[in-house]
Amino acid sequence: MLLKLFQFTLSGLTIGSTYALIAIGFSIIHNATGIVNFAQGEFVMLGGMFMITFYGYLKLPMAPAFALSVFAVAFIGMLLEKTTLRQSKSKEILNLVMITVGASIFIKGLSMAVWGKNAMTLPPFSGEDPILVFGAAIMPQSIWIFGITVGVVAALNTFFIRTRTGKAMRAVAASRRSALLAGIPVNRMIALSFFLSGALGAVAGIILTPVTTISYDAGVMLGLKGFSAAILGGYGSMIGAVAGGLLLGVLESLGAGLVSSEYKDVLAFLILLIVLFFKPAGIFGKGALRRV
Amino acid sequence: MTAPVLGKKAGAVLEVRKITVRFEGLEAISRLSFSIDPQRIISIIGPNGAGKTTLLNAITGVSPLHSGEILFQGKPIAGLKPFQIASLGITRSFQQAQLFMNMTVLENVMVGMHSRTTAGFIRGMLRPPSERKEEGMILEKSQGILSEFGLLSKAGDMAGHTCILDQRRLEIARAMASRPEILLLDEPAAGLTIREMEEMGNLILGLKEKGQTIILVEHNMRLVMAISDNLIVLHHGIKIGEGRPEDIQKNRQVIEAYLGK
Amino acid sequence: MIKNLQLCVFGLVVFILPLALRNNYYLMALNIAALNVMIVIGLNLLMGYAGQISLGHAAFFGLGAYLSAILTTTYGFATWPTILGAMAITAGIAYIIGIPTLKLEGHYLVMATLGFNVIVYIIMIQLSALTGGPSGFAGIPRLQIGGFAFDSDRKIYYLFWAVSIGVLTLSLNLIRSRAGRALAALSHNEVAARCTGVDTETFKVKIFVISAAMASLAGSLYAHYISFISPGSFNIFFSLQAVTMVLVGGMGSLWGSVFGAILLSLLPEVLHGVKEYNVLVYGFILMTVLMFFPKGLFPAIRSFGAAVVRKKT
Repeated sequence: MLLKLFQFTLSGLTIGSTYALIAIGFSIIHNATGIVNFAQGEFVMLGGMFMITFYGYLKLPMAPAFALSVFAVAFIGMLLEKTTLRQSKSKEILNLVMITVGASIFIKGLSMAVWGKNAMTLPPFSGEDPILVFGAAIMPQSIWIFGITVGVVAALNTFFIRTRTGKAMRAVAASRRSALLAGIPVNRMIALSFFLSGALGAVAGIILTPVTTISYDAGVMLGLKGFSAAILGGYGSMIGAVAGGLLLGVLESLGAGLVSSEYKDVLAFLILLIVLFFKPAGIFGKGALRRV
Repeated sequence: MTAPVLGKKAGAVLEVRKITVRFEGLEAISRLSFSIDPQRIISIIGPNGAGKTTLLNAITGVSPLHSGEILFQGKPIAGLKPFQIASLGITRSFQQAQLFMNMTVLENVMVGMHSRTTAGFIRGMLRPPSERKEEGMILEKSQGILSEFGLLSKAGDMAGHTCILDQRRLEIARAMASRPEILLLDEPAAGLTIREMEEMGNLILGLKEKGQTIILVEHNMRLVMAISDNLIVLHHGIKIGEGRPEDIQKNRQVIEAYLGK
Repeated sequence: MIKNLQLCVFGLVVFILPLALRNNYYLMALNIAALNVMIVIGLNLLMGYAGQISLGHAAFFGLGAYLSAILTTTYGFATWPTILGAMAITAGIAYIIGIPTLKLEGHYLVMATLGFNVIVYIIMIQLSALTGGPSGFAGIPRLQIGGFAFDSDRKIYYLFWAVSIGVLTLSLNLIRSRAGRALAALSHNEVAARCTGVDTETFKVKIFVISAAMASLAGSLYAHYISFISPGSFNIFFSLQAVTMVLVGGMGSLWGSVFGAILLSLLPEVLHGVKEYNVLVYGFILMTVLMFFPKGLFPAIRSFGAAVVRKKT
């Protein structure tokens, strides 16, 4: 029984890591612009799709394919901001959020046209033989997922705390007006936030595809779950996103294993509703989400 | 110094007892007490940040009390929701006109009658005779109020397309539509010209003459001294003076608060 | 007076139209359009008048459909009482979910309604013993009154559009009433509305419930018309379609909603073979309408028309 719990927890942490990456993507854009980027989930899907195209079809070696895919999606993210959000006549937050909703289904439709409806997959990065850890079997892909997630989070942390650009982005998040007055190119920072979130989503998609396959409509669920994770951990903070992602992954895995695997997806949304209704600030968050 | 007209006597329409209001750890109002007699104009004055608008928010239920109680016609109202307090008979205007800009002048006043009417969703959709009758009454009364306030000619205009003085008048008209016991006015003279301010003063006095109890928050001393029956002076959320205008004018503490020591 | 005239003219056009149409194919599209009009009007009352948003209305549409289907087919209840019962049950669910949900702000409200939609959708799929699961539920009885069976697209047309126009009339009445004014007030300035005596929390929940009931009615009628339903019709994409219809027609304009719903319902039929690209087209429409016509497509066309007229005179 204990072994089973351990197994579930491990697989939960695996998928939770990808939720964490998606959640961070939401947070970065929210911090920079105040909106929820509904298309975040599509970035994840596109990451997987591009990787399949570059590595699977065009037979590029893995590392360049990885880099190219991430860059492609990051670019699309930036393009999304520059073409739709910036050109929008109304800058009201809800309007911009709904534009990202439109963009997400547009991207989904395009993907269907380009890649078709079938689920596709990637081979795991380094083979399929499970490794035994304390009696529980871990797929090597899981280790890749952990490792890459840890690496990405560490790199992001360094970026935001040590580099000038990162600090500039944090300034924009804290107060757009002050940042403008301080001479920070706010528009460029916003474009950068979309670039980064696109990249994060792509990474999540690429490392996840060998485990769960990917199809043109996978973005919606992943996006919503990533958002749930972000809210659970406390919207807007990176620790919150990571904690929320891991926690959501583990809860989902335990729920699927111990209670019912069919209703597994319901759990993420139940958690979302419960957090929004009772403690909107999440675990680490501070903001109030209620109207006065 | 003569005894203030204000006192905790029976017949007071509003009694505020040792209320404290907190914002983010700071006390915006500290243990404030006073009472209001009917058919008087009581002005709340004090330097910026003294807690005047907070006091109005506390009375109308927009800001919760940390401690203390508020009695309206002898009954406690602290903790009630703003719409309930409005229904009981305390309405207000706001510092920056909070009109319903997406509606006409007439419609704004019609909303003011909301708490005195009852037709709900079902009757609104089906329009039985009782609803049509009520709508007719609302229309008639609202037009009457607009006429009293000199706004009838603008009834069909969008609320946002009128001049500042008209907007202020409209907000007061909306607040008066439900025939409240107490009318709270938050800086109605702000940004008005001298002539407009005189009109506003006359309007408020006119209301008092018809028997309206008014609590006025105002910076403009000319207006305050001209029309108030009594003053309450706040500074940093504490009452530092209370009494007739002439007496307050001579109160040293008050003068120091305004000019700084 | 003018408003009643508009309604009469519209009713007349609706009545005469089938006589001009020989092809039943368009009738079916118009029947679906009538149902969409019901849903979109309810949604516009919520979004355009009360200033809220729901990206989960497909859930209420689906609840109406499945409740009607299951209660009449599996349990043999009579059709019309069941439709009303389904509306009541859906309204009850909307009430329970509405109270906490409508206290949320802007995009958190969006996410909560989406989450609700997904949960209902998954339940529809998983409770397969009751609902037929992903392959759907078939054999739903046709609609009839007395002995008169609505067994042709033409007969359904008149029934559906009569109901739709009824819903439109009730809604037009509502927005001109005390409750309608209260909703408009609270959507513009909630604090001022409260201080003017409007119980904003209750009103928001009530309009949410009413819009859910309208969607449920449309769902029940849909189930009895098509005779077969599956969860795929009730997922969040349909919720997004409904919101797109509201936005195209213009938030706060009920007639706009009527035309927005009709236009977007007929669009897939007109652009043959676009069914596959439905998603793409909707995404594109949603994005461009929001970007360039934030007040809605129809209001923009009307302003444009008015400007053209002004230039000529």
